[in-house]
Amino acid sequence: MSAAEQTSAAQLPAPARWTRKDLTGLQDLSAEELNLVLDTAAAFKTVGTRNIKKVPALRGKTLVNFFVEPSTRTRVSFELAAERLSADIINMSASASSLTKGETLKDTALNLQALHADMIVLRHSSAGAAQFLAERLDASIVNAGDGAHEHPTQALLDAFTIRERKGRIAGLHVAIVGDILFSRVARSDIFALTKLGAKVTLVGPSTLVPEELRRLGVEISHDLDTLLPELDVINLLRVQHERQRKEYFPSLGEYTALFGLTKARAARLREDCLVMHPGPINRGVEIDSDVADSGRSVILEQVTNGLAVRMAVLYLCNAARSGEWL
Amino acid sequence: MSHSILLRNGRVIDPANRRDAVGDVLVVDGYVAPQGAAVPEGVETVDCTGRVVTPGLIDLHVHLREPGQSAKETIASGARAAAAGGFTTVVCMPNTSPSIDSASVVAWVLAKAQAEACVRVLPTGALSKGIAGEEMAPIGALKKAGVVALTDDGRCIQNHELMRRALEYAKMFGLIVMDHCQDYSLVGKGVMHEGYWSTVLGLPGWPAAGEELIVQRNALLAELTGTPIHCQHLSAAGSVRVLREARQRGVPLSGEVCPHHIALTDASLRGYDTNFKMNPPLRSEEHVEALIEGIADGTITILASDHAPHCGFEKEVEFDQAPFGILGLETEVGLFLDILVHKRKAIDLNRFVEMYTVNPARLLGLETGTLGAGAPGDVTVLDPGLEWTVDRNASFSLSRNTPFHGWELKGRAVRTVVGGKSVWSL
Repeated sequence: MSAAEQTSAAQLPAPARWTRKDLTGLQDLSAEELNLVLDTAAAFKTVGTRNIKKVPALRGKTLVNFFVEPSTRTRVSFELAAERLSADIINMSASASSLTKGETLKDTALNLQALHADMIVLRHSSAGAAQFLAERLDASIVNAGDGAHEHPTQALLDAFTIRERKGRIAGLHVAIVGDILFSRVARSDIFALTKLGAKVTLVGPSTLVPEELRRLGVEISHDLDTLLPELDVINLLRVQHERQRKEYFPSLGEYTALFGLTKARAARLREDCLVMHPGPINRGVEIDSDVADSGRSVILEQVTNGLAVRMAVLYLCNAARSGEWL
Repeated sequence: MSHSILLRNGRVIDPANRRDAVGDVLVVDGYVAPQGAAVPEGVETVDCTGRVVTPGLIDLHVHLREPGQSAKETIASGARAAAAGGFTTVVCMPNTSPSIDSASVVAWVLAKAQAEACVRVLPTGALSKGIAGEEMAPIGALKKAGVVALTDDGRCIQNHELMRRALEYAKMFGLIVMDHCQDYSLVGKGVMHEGYWSTVLGLPGWPAAGEELIVQRNALLAELTGTPIHCQHLSAAGSVRVLREARQRGVPLSGEVCPHHIALTDASLRGYDTNFKMNPPLRSEEHVEALIEGIADGTITILASDHAPHCGFEKEVEFDQAPFGILGLETEVGLFLDILVHKRKAIDLNRFVEMYTVNPARLLGLETGTLGAGAPGDVTVLDPGLEWTVDRNASFSLSRNTPFHGWELKGRAVRTVVGGKSVWSL
């Protein structure tokens, strides 16, 4: 083990409270568990700035990046995170798997287990798919997005970015703007941010912001303009053309007019308000192109932090399963 | 002597004849003997002291899966499950493969039932060809072949004009129509009740209005055509309201409730267990309460299971890809007695028996459902106080898809007699 590797281990927080072999969602995580992931991610973030960007946390472990639904950025982020932890990695997509031949998800997963996969990162279009595997396999399952349910590592990197920039999460007012109904990012963000003490307001067309979500302790608004001056963070969700049927709102133009972060709206945000977006962005739709590139936009920092957060999640889940703590 | 039996000293509840008294029921050569008739020498005698003796129960909504899906269930196995649930008659749905939309498939089902089923199996015929909702099925031929009702169960005719004409045509043959009430445009790809839980779980919602709209359509068309429509497996509060109002005005509309819709709510889906996935879906508390209220005030007149077997491997998939439906025949009497009669006291035993015997028999024009002299000798013996635990592995069904495994229930059938012959006893 090199000197650099040894230091990183010394900087990791005590993991005593982490007992989960899987991360399928954030709904059931305590504030303490969320903070533990963020603290662990902070320690791993320094690895990315070193000459040798690797630690041996997953040395000898096999990780399968199983992406049944197409994704580039999340898959690449997980792949790089696993590389930096020294894991052996297999990338599998739906088209390259036997799912196209009619094999069930369960059978595909059992085959991966028979090949002694230690961890499976799953992206799937069906809500509950990650939990389905977690209940059936010994391997650690990390949810990389399941239908409209959860995308836990995205919400963790959002929380990490806010905490790093603002020094805290409790007491901040965060608006999540856009297609809440179909967004797994929104659900995970709501669970994480409310648990960490933020005030969360959901904003969007009434067809895409279900009133039922008030029961999760969030507020709902259809008037972005009056909210702007109060916000500490504005998180813009991608308008997902491919999922949206025309009955949810009349046109992209009307969406932008009502809910887009235009230059005029950005000017009414507080100077220190963070502008966030899970990507990929639609320039000119949910966010003005210049605003996306402006100084208060932390969109690319989110991408960088995503790597550290995913390293933390992979490390913790593997260690909880195998007992191999650094 | 195998078709004669004497059931002694039970509490006989026979709503068709307004009988509720301790006494004997005698079946001779397959038919109910008049009260007080001489007991033939050597007849099998069963002491029913402390038990309830009723006309054989009728479940007018089951899926026996034959022809075509015999890995899920067969007519023989489904009939055994029915007998073990206390049922002497089951009415099977036509969404088989091929569907029961021709006289030849009806004949095949009847022949198979005659040869292999230990209870009476009465087929329904499709209302539209291939249950596709586009053209009328050969209703006259189906009637001649022996169907007891028409239904596209599992699907719902969306074209109101076709529905109206099919109802008018069915009337000529005295056939009623049973409808699975679901508006496709409102329901879309919904897989669970639309509400808080569907939102949190990220699963596509199936709004209550998707059922209520079609129940309202059916109220209007039953009134227009005069053909009775029976609304299957009602799950929504608005459906009960529409049904109540229509029945008060004398519209020939009826409705049934299945046990899962009052035993469970949509919160059960939290773990994405596909044994809680059925169509229509489990709904929220206020809908459950409205169904129980509708049962208590007589708006709902029939109880049934929607017994829908599926193989384990078919159910063990991603939630939105799993087939809808659960087993019902062996748990429905226990669940309804436990919830409606014991816990909620929404109905008494008389109403319970009425909803499983004379009501479905009258709706379909059957000669069973009564213990009147000369009626077919179908009898069920209930032990309403018996405490038992549901064990899916003890089921007679070929499938195991029940969410009630391990439930402790009070009340169940202990003997099933078809045509004077005991086909099952505990």
